[in-house]
Amino acid sequence: MPIADPAIQLDHVSRHYTMGETHVRAVDDLSLTVPGGEFLALLGSSGSGKSTLLNLIAGLDRPTSGAIIAHGQNIASLSSLDLARYRRNTIGMIFQSFNLLPRMTLEENIELPLRLAEVERSERAPRVREALERVRLTHRLGHRPTELSGGEQQRVAIARALVNRPKILLADEPTGNLDSNTGEAILSLLRDLQSGLGMTIVMVTHERPLAERFADRLAIMGDGKLLSAAVVEKGVAQ
Amino acid sequence: MKPRDLTDLAVRNLREALLRNALTTLGVAVGVASLVAMLSLGVGLQQLAAKRLSQSGLFDTIFVTPKNNFRGMGRPPREAASEKPPRALDEDARKEIEKLPNVIEVYSQVRFFTEVRFNGKPFATVVAGMPESSRNSGSFDGMTGNFFSSPAANEAILQIEFAKDLSDKPVSLVGQELVLRYAERQALASANAADASANSSEPTGGFSVVPKELHLKIVGIVETEPAAGFGGMGNARLLMPLETASALRAAQVNDLRDIVRDNTANKTTYPSLSVRAKSPAQVDALETSIKNMGFGVFSLLDASKSLRTFFSVFDLLLGIFGSLALAVATLGIVNTLVMAILERRREIGVLKALGAADSDVQQLFFVEAGVMGFFGGIFGVLFGWLLGRAITFGTNVYLQRHNLNSIELSSVPWWLVFSALGFAVLVSLVAGLYPASRAAKLNPVDALRYE
Repeated sequence: MPIADPAIQLDHVSRHYTMGETHVRAVDDLSLTVPGGEFLALLGSSGSGKSTLLNLIAGLDRPTSGAIIAHGQNIASLSSLDLARYRRNTIGMIFQSFNLLPRMTLEENIELPLRLAEVERSERAPRVREALERVRLTHRLGHRPTELSGGEQQRVAIARALVNRPKILLADEPTGNLDSNTGEAILSLLRDLQSGLGMTIVMVTHERPLAERFADRLAIMGDGKLLSAAVVEKGVAQ
Repeated sequence: MKPRDLTDLAVRNLREALLRNALTTLGVAVGVASLVAMLSLGVGLQQLAAKRLSQSGLFDTIFVTPKNNFRGMGRPPREAASEKPPRALDEDARKEIEKLPNVIEVYSQVRFFTEVRFNGKPFATVVAGMPESSRNSGSFDGMTGNFFSSPAANEAILQIEFAKDLSDKPVSLVGQELVLRYAERQALASANAADASANSSEPTGGFSVVPKELHLKIVGIVETEPAAGFGGMGNARLLMPLETASALRAAQVNDLRDIVRDNTANKTTYPSLSVRAKSPAQVDALETSIKNMGFGVFSLLDASKSLRTFFSVFDLLLGIFGSLALAVATLGIVNTLVMAILERRREIGVLKALGAADSDVQQLFFVEAGVMGFFGGIFGVLFGWLLGRAITFGTNVYLQRHNLNSIELSSVPWWLVFSALGFAVLVSLVAGLYPASRAAKLNPVDALRYE
């Protein structure tokens, strides 16, 4: 089935490495296409290779073989400097443990990608405010992350991921450290961003019910491969 | 990242582990301080020596002689059978030399051995004429009493040992009178110049020697004789204005030699002239100019060159010892930053995930090392300066207890301040090279997984 405007194309991607004596095929000859604007959930047991795949798409890791084409660019062949630029401009990333820098205020945490992208100082404050409005968190800007609840921290992390206006948002178990209500709220927020900003979202999770409720499509991995018939078309949950 | 953001982040990171980074910075400061203190002593000693030497007049004075009359007697002319007769060292030559750039004064040395009477008792001593230029040469700094009131005053300055011979209380001598007894040359009938005449055995000239007396007022007492250089006959212990001394036409040691040699001249010639340059640095060029005029020259410049070499080596050694502490301090920087990498592993991973390039991470650690070096350098220069002051203070307390003049032992010139600061930053950056590249190479996937 041809897809008009793919955001991400994985073409026979493999990521192998050796750990001690064993040869690990974390991602093994995997092909997958994510159309622009889709909310894709990557499911699978632990060790199935879903996080490795996410890191490959994020440009934090390089495939052993195969091509990863994001918005027309094969990131597998980028130089490390261009890869950094790709992470900065095309990708936004959130994590299970939020990964906010504890000694910076919320505002500074969100500003960090703008510093890395060398955005003018005068432009930074409005961009930070805009990102915070998107995650519905405009107060407590001067607080430190540890003074916030988990859900709030994840919102700040999402704001930080959004501040450079990326096209693709990658989420690595974003609800893993949150209670179910908060987790739902976060996923609902992600869905709003997807529809509001037209973002492509790839989320790694092992909470199938949540994924089924919020994601457009579920991709199930096992042993580094996309399981047969794993790409499940699913009606948009309403 | 932009430099401002980079510095901002670096300083913020340093503030986070404040105690550890402050201690590391203190280590750098101690290293720089030891370097600055050592070098300030080296520089101070060098300045002290240079000052003493320039006060002695040895290194800014050129001794000029007619070419065939280079120092010792009976020495064969260097260029055998020279084409033209050597140029006479006469008044014209003196004026010509005086017009050369950087010349303070050209004078003929007057120095003779004679007898001084004080309170009716005779004392034998060497008397020397002091040119007016020695007033400001620093030679008479710290003397008791005053310099001569005028260039032709009948006044004397005594060297302290001589003053002690004259009286138990040397200071009380200032203002008193003494009598100088000397032998005046008086030209014989046919001689028309004072010191240029024929052999005394010939009927044409020569001179006779007549005993004379002159009353001199003691105006000051000085520690050492300045310009003790080329006179021979040991140090002069009684100093008087050069003009006064010249006017005495006292018989000098060189006179007899001149009579033997210089039997043709009809005008005043000098056996030698002393040329005082503005500073020792100009002696070399001045020497060449005078040599080109056709005279023999001699100075102690070579000696001062080797002295400078000595001080360069001395400073180098002090610098090496001073740098040892700094070397230890740089290991502290390496250690601190490597620790910081371990602690901030996850943060480095986050930075990379947010789009930091390897070079951003590298620069961040690099700047952190540089900032520690910079502050370490500032405090180090300050400590080093204080240390130098303390050593000078201690030395002077000791010197004063032994009734010696205090000295400026350490000196921190601006070039030392800036080069120490620059060196501290440079060394810290070098120390930061390894941690920075290690941080940059950190695999973000591993770093993010790190708890």
